[in-house]
Amino acid sequence: MKINYGRLVSYFAAILFTVIFAFPLIFMVMSSLKPDFNLLQDVGTMRSFLPVGPISFDNYVGVYDRIPLLRFIFNSLLVSTITVALGLFVNSMLGFALARMEFRGKNFVFAVIISTLILPFEVLAIPLLYLMVKAPWISFDGGFHITQGIFNNYQVQILPFIANAVSVFLFMQYFKSLPKELDEAALVDGASWFMIYRKIAMPLAGPAIGTVAVLTFLPMWNSYIWPVMTVQDEQFRPIMIGLQYFYVNFGTAWGQIMAYLTILTIPVVILFLSMQRFFVNSIATTGIKG
Amino acid sequence: MQVKSKKQNAAKRAENKTARWLAAPGLILIGIFTIIPITLALTLGFTNAQLLAPTNPDFTGLNNFKTLLGVSAVTLYAEKNPDGSCMKDETGAVAYEPLRPLTRDDSPRKDLRGKSEFKRIFANEKDCSIKVIVAGDPVFWRSLSNTFFFALIVVPVQAGLALILALLVNQRLKGRNFFRTVYFIPTLSSMVVISMLWRFMYQQDGLINKSIANFMPGYAPIDWLGNPKTAMPAIIVLSIWQAVGYHMIIWLGGLQTIPAELYEAVRMDGANKWDEFRHVTVPGLRHTFVFILITITIAALGLFVQINVLTQGGPLDSTSTLVFQSFTRGYQRQEIAYGSAISFVFFILVLVIALIQRSMTKRLDT
Repeated sequence: MKINYGRLVSYFAAILFTVIFAFPLIFMVMSSLKPDFNLLQDVGTMRSFLPVGPISFDNYVGVYDRIPLLRFIFNSLLVSTITVALGLFVNSMLGFALARMEFRGKNFVFAVIISTLILPFEVLAIPLLYLMVKAPWISFDGGFHITQGIFNNYQVQILPFIANAVSVFLFMQYFKSLPKELDEAALVDGASWFMIYRKIAMPLAGPAIGTVAVLTFLPMWNSYIWPVMTVQDEQFRPIMIGLQYFYVNFGTAWGQIMAYLTILTIPVVILFLSMQRFFVNSIATTGIKG
Repeated sequence: MQVKSKKQNAAKRAENKTARWLAAPGLILIGIFTIIPITLALTLGFTNAQLLAPTNPDFTGLNNFKTLLGVSAVTLYAEKNPDGSCMKDETGAVAYEPLRPLTRDDSPRKDLRGKSEFKRIFANEKDCSIKVIVAGDPVFWRSLSNTFFFALIVVPVQAGLALILALLVNQRLKGRNFFRTVYFIPTLSSMVVISMLWRFMYQQDGLINKSIANFMPGYAPIDWLGNPKTAMPAIIVLSIWQAVGYHMIIWLGGLQTIPAELYEAVRMDGANKWDEFRHVTVPGLRHTFVFILITITIAALGLFVQINVLTQGGPLDSTSTLVFQSFTRGYQRQEIAYGSAISFVFFILVLVIALIQRSMTKRLDT
């Protein structure tokens, strides 16, 4: 039998890269199950990648005792879900108008969307922080009144991220791919444009909705720098900020840190495995991510 | 006829009106949360705005930018020994005159006032002089050069490695979906998580040092993140490790748009694998190439989270970056105006890259 050396090299390389990419993550999960002493003792040997020694969920219990874990998870889920939901409405409507309708100023709007596509959030973070600190907000405590500053609450984590040029662009591209005859037929039947958007375009937009949802959820769940700057109150803090609670007594609680890192990673891995198609779509079609 | 055109006009008006209602929420939000901040990024740098100051900011012209970008050079001299050699201090280094009197507020050289040392260059042994570059904000210049260094390494290595991975898993290997998934998982996890994980790996008694020690007895563990020489390279490695799977998927997308017939055609002409790659794959990927180059460059210039979690810019500013500086000044020290001036510089960089992308894409299309 002839050995295909090219193939052999490929397999060798693929497995080598698997080790490089997977082992740190395997290490993270395995270490989260070990007491600190065993964790440190195992480092440097194959044992650190295996569930050996006194395995337990003590570190997870420790994390739960140290920080308001459920509160953080709730906050992150709330902020992410609301942003995704509102974003789906707002961005799909704008994308629909741009893709299928004629209106005055359309070219200008299109140019604005395109030119902000490439802009990284880091450019805007500091000015946006200033804007939020100075911005007026209507607050309610028995009566309505206007206060200064959108700060230290859920709104500040949600509002800036609802409308998103990338999502608008994705919806626009998708709606453009639907046949124009759909609109014409519906208009002849007396449907309004809003009906076309709601009853025809959106029900057909499943793939775009999935892609945009994934594309919005991931950075929201992972968001760190913006909440660091704007949310000081534990009550509203998202889960990534929880890591700061482990900076104290650093180096002594590695098992708990690894447990927390695992908690942070599992939801996105589950999301990925269940919605793999949309992930690959979202990257292949835009590829813009922080 | 008349009736029909009236009807058409009414339909047009209705379309116009509905379109505006549909577009309005998105446009209002983009206006408030993107356009206004862009305007602020371009203007706040010219004021003295503070984050929590109750008063309105004043216009201060180019002051912030003068501090930020101001650079001068000065020559310092050392006294000569009778034999013509330069006077040395007790450590054996040439004893140049101190810089401090020249940069004080009463300095005879107005252009040096308020500045401090950035770099010493060109020591001249003959007349015992040394040229010193002083800057209004040396940390900014160090950060800028660190940022460029990071981008200079990360852009080609990450793009290249991602292409290698894409070519690897684009073959008909058994379990290629498994390989793809594994390479992609680090990108799902946030950079904060990855940074914390690697913080342990880079520790003196961490995974990397102990693993090396297994193969090299007598190896002295390196404090990867605590040493100015190794801190930035360490951050480069973990950054590439985290993000490369993402660009692998983009390359894969590009690879899959190349029609299989093209490969068959060149194979008919007796081409080998390398010819295939050069004459079919490379030209087929040129748009993907531009896209990947631009996105990695912009992401690299925005290097921040890793620095914030791992080094806080240290040791000795060796890992401070542009965005880290804008964060430190604008948020931590609450000097919004100065932070915005740094954002302004970053904005210009992104703009230049966007223009490069446009011209590259145009050239590819013609």
